[in-house]
Order: sequence, then C-alpha cells, then structure tokens
Amino acid sequence: MFGNYAGFILASYGVTAATILLLVLWVILDGQKQAKILAQLHERGIHRRSERAKAAANS
Amino acid sequence: MTETETKSFQIRDLANPTRFLALLDKIMLPLLILTIIALGVGLYMALFVSPDDYQQGSTVKIMYIHVPAAWLAMFAYTMMTVSALGTLVWKHPLADVSAKAAAPLGAAFSFVCLTTGSFWGKPMWGTWWVWDARLTSMLILLIIYLGLIALWHAIEDPLKAGKAVAILTLVGFIIIPIIKFSVDWWSTLHQPATVFTLDGPKMDNSMLIPLLVMAGAFTLLFTVLHFKAMKNEILRRRIRSMQMQAARQVASGNRAAASSVAQR
Repeated sequence: MFGNYAGFILASYGVTAATILLLVLWVILDGQKQAKILAQLHERGIHRRSERAKAAANS
Repeated sequence: MTETETKSFQIRDLANPTRFLALLDKIMLPLLILTIIALGVGLYMALFVSPDDYQQGSTVKIMYIHVPAAWLAMFAYTMMTVSALGTLVWKHPLADVSAKAAAPLGAAFSFVCLTTGSFWGKPMWGTWWVWDARLTSMLILLIIYLGLIALWHAIEDPLKAGKAVAILTLVGFIIIPIIKFSVDWWSTLHQPATVFTLDGPKMDNSMLIPLLVMAGAFTLLFTVLHFKAMKNEILRRRIRSMQMQAARQVASGNRAAASSVAQR
C-alpha cells in the first residue's frame, strides 16, 4: 500500500501505537492501584480530616 | 457579583483538588470520545486521503505522527515550566501535580518524535541518526525529562521534590527555543520550519489539514492522559497524607500507653 517505504511507515506507526498503549496502561493500572490502596485505608477506618468532619457534621 | 467576578471565582475554585477531581469525573468521558473520533479521522486522512510527496514519496505519512509528537514534547515542557512558576511563585496546590503528571507524557512524545524521525531519516537521508542541532537538542529534551522524573523519585517528600524539580524545570526551559530555532541558527540536515513561519505555512492544504487534525487529536490524547495522571497523583498524595496521619496516631497512642505504664 505504501510502496517501497511500507516498512518504515508501519514501523513508525507501530512504535507510536505501542508507546501510546503503554501510556494508557500506565494511567489505568496506576489509577486502579491508588483506588485499591484508598479503599483498604477506608476499610481500616482511616479517613481524611475533611471526610471525618463531614461525617461528624452529618451525624 | 459581576460576570467577570463569577468567572474568576469559578477558575479559582479549580485550585481545590476535590473540586478539580469532581470536574474531571464530568469531562473525562466526553473528552475520551472526542479523542477517539479525532484520532480516527486524523489517521484516515493521514494514511488514506493525503497524497504522497513529490520528493519524499509515501514516507511523508510519517510526518503526521512525527510532527505532532515533536510539538507535544515541547508543549508538555512549556506547560511544566508554567507549572514550575505556579509551584515556586504562587504555590498553587495543583501546579506540581500537573508538572509531575506531564513529565512521563512529554518523555514518551519525545521518544516517539526521535524514533519516527529515525524511521523517516533512514530512507530520506540515508542514515538513522545524525548529530545535527535539531536531533541533538530533541535528544537533550528527552534526557531532561528522564532527569526530572528521576529527581521526583529520589526525594521522598513530594513538596520538597516539587520545589527542586520546579527549579530544574525552569533552568531546562532553555532547550525549548534551542529546539525551535536550531534549524535557523545552525546548518542542519533537518528541514527548516514549514508550518509556523512568518510567511504562513509552506505546505499544501492536502497535507496541512491532515497534519493539523492529527495535531489536534494528539493534543486531545495528551489532555486525557494528563488529566487521568493528575487524578492518580492527587490520590497518591492523599494516601500518603492519610498513611502518615495514621502512623502519627499509632505513635501518639503508643506514647500514651508507655507513659501510663511508667506511672504505674
């Protein structure tokens, strides 16, 4: 489709796609990791000061 | 309250990480959909609509990812420099978060720019790499990004790390005008600017429009990834402060127990 230069063009787009995929995986997995740790802290009864103040105000 | 005052109040509101996170939750999905559409349209135009160059043939298709990657690598660093000012001068709570989230993205786009440039250079120049001013300065930008990321990880306290990185970021900004004007200041193998010139773009619309669409799509992609990385960083800092708070509580509880034992 791209003539004699197909290898160079496909390699360029391939490297770009792989790099973007790694970035997407990084932000998703990192987000999941932080959410998991935050949930574990909440389970142990550890909350932020503002969350505790809000809960106290509601109760 | 006037309309201007209302607007400035709303913008100031975004300095609050909790309100910023609430805004991100609202805009992320529409932004993601827009990014996917823009990337789809851009790739279609770049690969199937735009013509081959009369000199470079089909290799010109590499331009549609190489040039936006280069622009974004420089844009990310410029944004980090503004964030560095926000950290040092205005002590904005999100400035350092923004800079830290942008650094890996800037490094990745620098890497894409260098790699695709290499794949373009081999068939056109006959070499994968040449130590000319444009290529070398872009490589230095990648090294600066990696250095900043390493410095963030070397200092445990995020506030101290943020200040140290902000100073280094401001010093490193010198590379941005060097990259931009390297093709004018020195004799380089790399071609001079063809889009942002005083006489306007030196490129036919059949190539310019796909290039601008791809640049827009890459910018949207950067924005989505940056916002998500910022959210992760805000959560990471909250977790750190909660863990430290819990540790302090445990330590003060232990001290109280120890003193009551001593009194008995």
